[in-house]
Amino acid sequence: MLIKVGMADLKVSKAPQNLMTSGLGSCIGICLYDGTARVGGLAHIMLPTSTQARNSDNKAKFADTAIPYLIDEMRRLGAAKSRLVAKIAGGAQMFAFPGASDVMRIGERNAEAVIEKLRKEQIPLLARETGGNYGRTIELDTSTGKLFIRTIDRGEKVL
Amino acid sequence: MNFLELTPMQIDALKEVGNVGAGNAATALSQMVQRGIDMKVPNLKVVPFSQVAEHMGGDESIVAGVYLRVDGKAPANILFALTEESAKRMVDLLMGMQPGTTVSLGEMEISALKEVGNILAGTYLNALSMFTRLTFEQSVPALAIDMAAAIISVVLTTIAEVGDHAMLLETEFQGLDLEVKGTLYLIPEEGSLELILSTLGLA
Repeated sequence: MLIKVGMADLKVSKAPQNLMTSGLGSCIGICLYDGTARVGGLAHIMLPTSTQARNSDNKAKFADTAIPYLIDEMRRLGAAKSRLVAKIAGGAQMFAFPGASDVMRIGERNAEAVIEKLRKEQIPLLARETGGNYGRTIELDTSTGKLFIRTIDRGEKVL
Repeated sequence: MNFLELTPMQIDALKEVGNVGAGNAATALSQMVQRGIDMKVPNLKVVPFSQVAEHMGGDESIVAGVYLRVDGKAPANILFALTEESAKRMVDLLMGMQPGTTVSLGEMEISALKEVGNILAGTYLNALSMFTRLTFEQSVPALAIDMAAAIISVVLTTIAEVGDHAMLLETEFQGLDLEVKGTLYLIPEEGSLELILSTLGLA
């Protein structure tokens, strides 16, 4: 069983329902996991912060709002915040412009914001696979907490 | 204004502008490759972010995307997307080689494809400029070959602070006598759309 998470969206599930999101570019897939309750959560964020946005209704779109929202949703399924661990992937710079502006460094800024927010929420970041210039499709195995990462020509990885 | 609030009249006007722009672009490309290049009638779609990649063949389908930022009073994005196969055929055309000659996309092939994106965007924006009397400044082109969703996500971040939908003004180009096609997307920022429509007297 596989639940698909779209861009600027988040989903939570219990084992054996796995969570996946495809084609992460500059976006980040934030995976939280409670191994005791075997509850997982996956957010596909696009931007680092909601504070500069003209419209921040969609909490799943921003690193700073998606993480607390994801924690709340996981609690409803029986997860405990104190048991949560995190793995993240994405944050690539897909296009290389000469003299790259801030807009183009969005992947890097997303990664920084996610790491910072996880630290504030005191959720240990167990592993990350961020940066580079290629897309990633990820799947969180909610039975084991393993994160499977697929790319087009850089092989597969398990975190 | 919200993309979802576009009236049929506004949509028609934008498509007509797109039609002229794409017509110029097709002519320029045709001259560049010395072959007939045909274009389809432009399409205007307003779609949620999560479905944009579906319009490009699916989240994980491999796409070669030439991306240009458009700055000025009406910022926008231009993306020219081709399948990997079409990208190789396009390179064959540009280099005057037999279709099927190009098997991989190295540095030289990539810069040829960027140039195609550059020409298409330039001619397209010229027409848009004529209609709106706005100045559009296009960036140098950048290219990525990867999953469609990964490519489009970067473009969508430029409009993500405002909403969860993108407006795509898309035109498909194809070779008249050989298998090559690509789609040009104009993806304006929300404020730009308002400005463009007001210059057309339709805001």
